[in-house]
Amino acid sequence: MPNLTAGRSSRSTSMSGKSILKRIDWLSIFIYVTLVIIGWISIYSSTFSETDSSIFNFGTLHGKQLFFIGTSVVTILIILALEANFYERFASLFYIIAVVLLLGLFVFGKTIAGATSWYDIGFFNLQPSEPAKVATALALAKYLSDIQTDIKQFKHQIYAFLIIFIPAILIIPQPDPGSALVFFSLIFVLFREGLPLVYLSIVFLAIIVFITTLIFGTIWVSIALVFLLILFLFFKKKSFKVPVFPLISIVAVTILFSLSVNFVFNNVFEQRHRDRFSLWLRLEKDPAKLEQIRKTIGYNTYQSEKAIESGGSFGKGFLEGTRTKGDFVPEQHTDYIFSTIGEEWGFMGTATVVLLFTFFLLRLVYLAERQKSAFARMYGYGVISILLIHYFINIGMVIGILPTIGIPLPYFSYGGSGLLFFTILLFIFLKLDSNRLKEGI
Amino acid sequence: MKKFLLSSIIVIIGIVFVGRLSYLQIFSFSPDQVLDDPAIKAIYDYPERGYIYDRKGELLVGNQPAYDIMVIPREVRALDTLEFCALLGIDKEKFISTLDKARIYSPRLPSVLVPQLSKEDYARLQEKMRHFEGFYIQKRSLRYYDTTSGANVLGYISEVNEGDLAKNPYYVQGELTGRSGVEKQYEEILRGRKGVQYIQKDRFNRDIGPYLEGSLDTIPEQGIEINLTLDKTLQEYGERLMHGKHGGIVAIEPATGEILAMISGPTYDPALLVGRERSKNYSLLHYDTIAKPLFDRSISFEKEPGSPFKTLNALIALQEGVITPETKFTCYHGFYVGRTKRGCHCGGGIRDMHTGIYKSCNAYFAGTFRKIFDKYPTADEAMDVWEKHIRSFGLGGYLGSDLYTGRPGLVPSKKLYDKWYGDNRWSSSTIISLAIGQGEVQVTPLQLANMTAAIANRGHYFIPHILKKIDGKEINDPDYIEPKHTTIDKKYFEPVISGMADVYKLGTARGVQIPGVEIAGKTGTVENYTKIDGVKTQLTDNSVFIAFAPVDNPKIALAVYIENGYYGARYAGHIASLLIEKYLKGEITRKDMEKRMLEKTLEQEYAKPYSGEEFKINEYVW
Repeated sequence: MPNLTAGRSSRSTSMSGKSILKRIDWLSIFIYVTLVIIGWISIYSSTFSETDSSIFNFGTLHGKQLFFIGTSVVTILIILALEANFYERFASLFYIIAVVLLLGLFVFGKTIAGATSWYDIGFFNLQPSEPAKVATALALAKYLSDIQTDIKQFKHQIYAFLIIFIPAILIIPQPDPGSALVFFSLIFVLFREGLPLVYLSIVFLAIIVFITTLIFGTIWVSIALVFLLILFLFFKKKSFKVPVFPLISIVAVTILFSLSVNFVFNNVFEQRHRDRFSLWLRLEKDPAKLEQIRKTIGYNTYQSEKAIESGGSFGKGFLEGTRTKGDFVPEQHTDYIFSTIGEEWGFMGTATVVLLFTFFLLRLVYLAERQKSAFARMYGYGVISILLIHYFINIGMVIGILPTIGIPLPYFSYGGSGLLFFTILLFIFLKLDSNRLKEGI
Repeated sequence: MKKFLLSSIIVIIGIVFVGRLSYLQIFSFSPDQVLDDPAIKAIYDYPERGYIYDRKGELLVGNQPAYDIMVIPREVRALDTLEFCALLGIDKEKFISTLDKARIYSPRLPSVLVPQLSKEDYARLQEKMRHFEGFYIQKRSLRYYDTTSGANVLGYISEVNEGDLAKNPYYVQGELTGRSGVEKQYEEILRGRKGVQYIQKDRFNRDIGPYLEGSLDTIPEQGIEINLTLDKTLQEYGERLMHGKHGGIVAIEPATGEILAMISGPTYDPALLVGRERSKNYSLLHYDTIAKPLFDRSISFEKEPGSPFKTLNALIALQEGVITPETKFTCYHGFYVGRTKRGCHCGGGIRDMHTGIYKSCNAYFAGTFRKIFDKYPTADEAMDVWEKHIRSFGLGGYLGSDLYTGRPGLVPSKKLYDKWYGDNRWSSSTIISLAIGQGEVQVTPLQLANMTAAIANRGHYFIPHILKKIDGKEINDPDYIEPKHTTIDKKYFEPVISGMADVYKLGTARGVQIPGVEIAGKTGTVENYTKIDGVKTQLTDNSVFIAFAPVDNPKIALAVYIENGYYGARYAGHIASLLIEKYLKGEITRKDMEKRMLEKTLEQEYAKPYSGEEFKINEYVW
């Protein structure tokens, strides 16, 4: 890791060089601003009522969101004004504060909709899991970029996992499994920094076997596995030596896993879990039961899918979404905000948003890869992982290809803590990026 | 590799999302989703159903207002329950349970509390309704019958069921649709088109204004009035004559094929199937399995035609050139099939076509039938020719009329006999019953009347139909205004018709002559059997009569089929004679005969098979 020494020396500060306005990545800022604007328009549309169409009424949700956008702009200015190495230096402190805040919820937490996830601070409810995401990304980057850390060592892998798991474990009992899941995405940072990909392959294989077993049954999955194995052994080059017996044992273990999936699904899972899976994987074919699922646990997904579908190619037009107006999709201004875009702007709108996110994330990958400082690169990867998992799970859920897991769509969903800390998450990275050329001076 | 891992994942997710979105929004999308959309409620405005008139413009079916008491449970305030129940004429328990049901259905939406109040109840309630918050009166339209006749022809309307909804997307739950008869057949003309208003709703089902400023809304189109070919006077008179008798009567205007009367006995008052008592009345009618009032005997009742069928055999024999009107057969008070003797009531002697028809001689027609078959080398070929001729009179199949129900009847073919007896193992002697209209052949009264019209027209008929005018304009459907020709040449009809005319003057029906009207007719006395506890039992013969009049310029052709009426000239002949007089002259001169027919019933005859005791048939009491 040749950058490490350069990274360490960046503590020597120099205010010389071009203004931050010249050095910052304007393309990312442009996409960020676009996403925030589209997001706000969607919130306006889904909370709009004929009687009160004023934009600046802070009694309305879109009015409040406008206030949060203003707060975010002020925060951006503060972040950019602070020195770049401030974030690296105080990463551990931030992490400790975040963990304390999460612990504090067990005593002082405010319960909204069954989840004790908020602090009530006057006009606004703070959700500490949001700052915890930023703090954990910073702390993980700091730990991994430490010269003494070697991710190939099992002990260091354990420490890295602990940094990730502690906040996640504190969040699960709130209960907020969605937010907890977000922390696991930070494992991507470990893979980038050298964690063997074999872990990822195992998880991936397990997911594939789990899904295919539920859909096709153990017998077909086993047949397919054996068939693939024979095919592989038959067509491999003579020169390509593979350990045959370990390979066979992998197949055997996989088949055993497939068998256990059936057992777990039928005997360990509760009916509500089974219902969710059967909804997600379209296992239920009986129309009467399907109708029942649609009215109960599948209601949100069904309504949001229908709302998106009814938008067609070009949508019904701004403020014309009938399902949006009728409030048929629950939580439409928060987790299901994407369905508003689907109904009112059609495929044009949804495809634009997906493309914007794709370009945005790819741009951030590009920025992360060009960092000379290991800390900045790893933090960058942390940012990307967190944004990616939110975007993937949220839109995947709204368009019905993933099971229902309640997490917001970054920069879109209504919510002060969310917008503010997604902004902080991003702009700390942009600040680090703007500083990259000065390092090593 | 590791650098690209995350980038590839980002790109793959993007592709999957765009793929799924294009599936949802482009491939699954259908623009016709307005009615699926829970946020849009359609409110319908129902037009008045079209009136139905008879051929002379007399009203048969109209509409009457009815009043439903509606309730919106959420808006109900404390009220004097006893007073209110007394006003509505229901008891308190019923009131409370109905209100509870409405509340469970929806506290916000209106439900029917008391359906279909009469005009009188409405007048009484109207003043006082405003004292009872949450209740209001909703007007709706019900059918009104200006006649007690024609229940089966006119049909009735009822609420659409699941099947209707699946078949025709026009209908929505709770709508009315024609269920049988003319109401069903001409449903689309009579009902008009409902208007629709789309309302934007929120998830609490509250109105939040018109959808798209009402640009998709439509105004209702009125139902269209129609004139039937029925003659109201004749129809009503026929039903009075059918009192206490089971059977069917169909009268046709030969020159047009218009159905003048279609009577099924026993029948019921069509008003029974309207209003609050509808389902109770329907059950009573439906479960009357002996009289079967809902079964339209005029079009769905298939039986052997009996002697009227002899006229067709005479025509076929003439057409095939196997006999002339002068050809003679000897009747030995019957005829022989092999060594078996089959009886005849004609009195015996030498018969030519004229006497054969008016005396209805079985021996003469057995001879004629054999001659047709003797012309061809095999029975198969002869059967094909015979069947073709018979079918050209509209027998053995659906006529293609615009009546909603009906049965095809049966004309046997060589296939049937090959199956029964084996190839080449049957001959004219085996199937000799067909010569006198018994055996396998079956017809409906409608087919019999149509056959009579074809004879009256001397060789052609128009498909019988019931619709005369739509919105005051005569129909011009080519199916009904172009003649269908039989396979018999015109010249062969006269000898047969002259025989039929003498049925009245000299023959079996001389007792029912109408002064000053020349009628051609043919009686039929048809043996008939039933099964009682699995034992084949003979019942009193069916009384059949076909006739048209006047002979030279036929205005009416009819067929009367009375179950267990014994001789053709008795019930069927009398009723036919009265109907023809009524139609041609407008009044009845033979008051005695009329009185007798109106009073006499066959109920004791119909009760016999159900009595569980031994009974006599074909009794001479009359």
